[in-house]
Amino acid sequence: MDASRPPDGAGPHRPSGLALPMTDTCCPSVTPADEAPCCTPGSDANDDLPGYRVWPFVEDWFDTPAGRVPRVRTRLGPADLLGRWAMRWGIGRDRYRIAPGLYAVGRPDPAAPVLVTANYKMTFDLVRRDLDGVDAWILVLETRGINVWCAAGKGTFGTEEVVRRAKAAGLDRLVSHRKLVVPQLGAVGVAAHEVRRRCGFSVVYGPIRSRDLKAFLAAGLQATPEMRRVRFPLGDRIALAPVELRGVLGKPGLVAALALVVLGGLGPGVFSQAAAATRGLGAVAATLAGVFAGAVATPALLPWLPWRAFSAKGAAVGAAAAAVLAAGWPGPLGAWNGLAVLLAVPATSSYCAMNFTGSTPFTSPSGVEREMRRAIPWQAAAAATAGIAWLAGAFAA
Amino acid sequence: MNGFRYLEGVTTLALDPDRCVGCGLCQAVCPHGVLAVADGCARIVDRDGCMECGACARNCPVEALAVSAGVGCASAIIKSWLTGAPPTCGCDTDGCC
Repeated sequence: MDASRPPDGAGPHRPSGLALPMTDTCCPSVTPADEAPCCTPGSDANDDLPGYRVWPFVEDWFDTPAGRVPRVRTRLGPADLLGRWAMRWGIGRDRYRIAPGLYAVGRPDPAAPVLVTANYKMTFDLVRRDLDGVDAWILVLETRGINVWCAAGKGTFGTEEVVRRAKAAGLDRLVSHRKLVVPQLGAVGVAAHEVRRRCGFSVVYGPIRSRDLKAFLAAGLQATPEMRRVRFPLGDRIALAPVELRGVLGKPGLVAALALVVLGGLGPGVFSQAAAATRGLGAVAATLAGVFAGAVATPALLPWLPWRAFSAKGAAVGAAAAAVLAAGWPGPLGAWNGLAVLLAVPATSSYCAMNFTGSTPFTSPSGVEREMRRAIPWQAAAAATAGIAWLAGAFAA
Repeated sequence: MNGFRYLEGVTTLALDPDRCVGCGLCQAVCPHGVLAVADGCARIVDRDGCMECGACARNCPVEALAVSAGVGCASAIIKSWLTGAPPTCGCDTDGCC
């Protein structure tokens, strides 16, 4: 959790469809829409409320027995696509959420299905995009801007929140059936039998991917086995690369790079600026090669690399990168520095690849822990040896 | 998932067939086809496919399934080694997930 984030006080009463104020998620002056639907202005009135603005994805509003509901567009606009790109780079990640509550796509009636999702805007955008031409209710849970699977793992996308939102939205007044379509990956946090016991709605687990929702609904809430299997195609693995890189190349990365440049200047003449530039930047380049090999190349090549352990896959890709780097090094590398490159790049790559386990949908915690206990001593030993060889290289020349 | 298999013989997944009522929910929620129901009882058909997400155990109405669930994420585990807290997905601070 981000400690700087305000407590989620405004959660239950924030009207869906309205954007949060940029500075504060809590707005005391607004009338809670779910408590006083009859008092809100008609659809021809200005829908802005003090401190709020209407999201561009809201097409219009309509009245239901459970209050006014925003109808959302199924076409993503430029702002949605830009926001999605920014999320891939982790920009403004902790603010990319919409108000939880009830939304609609198309012209849903009391028999229309209720689809449950998270309030991470990228998730919500994918769901509404994939519901083009469908009439449905969308019940958005407060997951604090986290996607369904991660939120379910944390428990924020969970039984408690499903029950609370179903009640707050007045679903029993809105629909004639008693079914909630919950995404399958939400099952980590939702217990279907408890939801039924506590609010009378039966959970039907929908497909993993929102793009299968239409077919699932058309088949009468039936998922094919294919819809129930998680996949991890190349596009998904590459899409995660920027955020992986950002995790490594942030502030700690900058500090490490500076340290390498300073250490690179050490040598027989105590400190040399020229050496700091050539040797220091050389070390930074070797480390970056390792990061790229482990955080980008290894994820991309994942299913074709030998061995099961990510640290081993990363070390293999890192070794190849090190060989290429050493062979193409501008100027003489020397035995010591050569040894340093051949050890440091695979060690860095191995470590970064190991960290990619958290982004995959198939690694078990027991497996990751076992792998780490085996790999970390090797990674540390290789990195330490590389460092010693590199420093010795300054004196050997 | 073809080409996506992780370490073998590590999962903590356990099924008590005597308790199972064959409702099939575990089979529905498992994203890796680890469980299958036949003749009114669930069976583990691909134990090493399990990633210990815990969805099956969470949705089992008779507690026939048990698994030490958590996130298979190295940075979360490192964090928990350092802090002593249980590993949680740090989705809001780094790239995990």
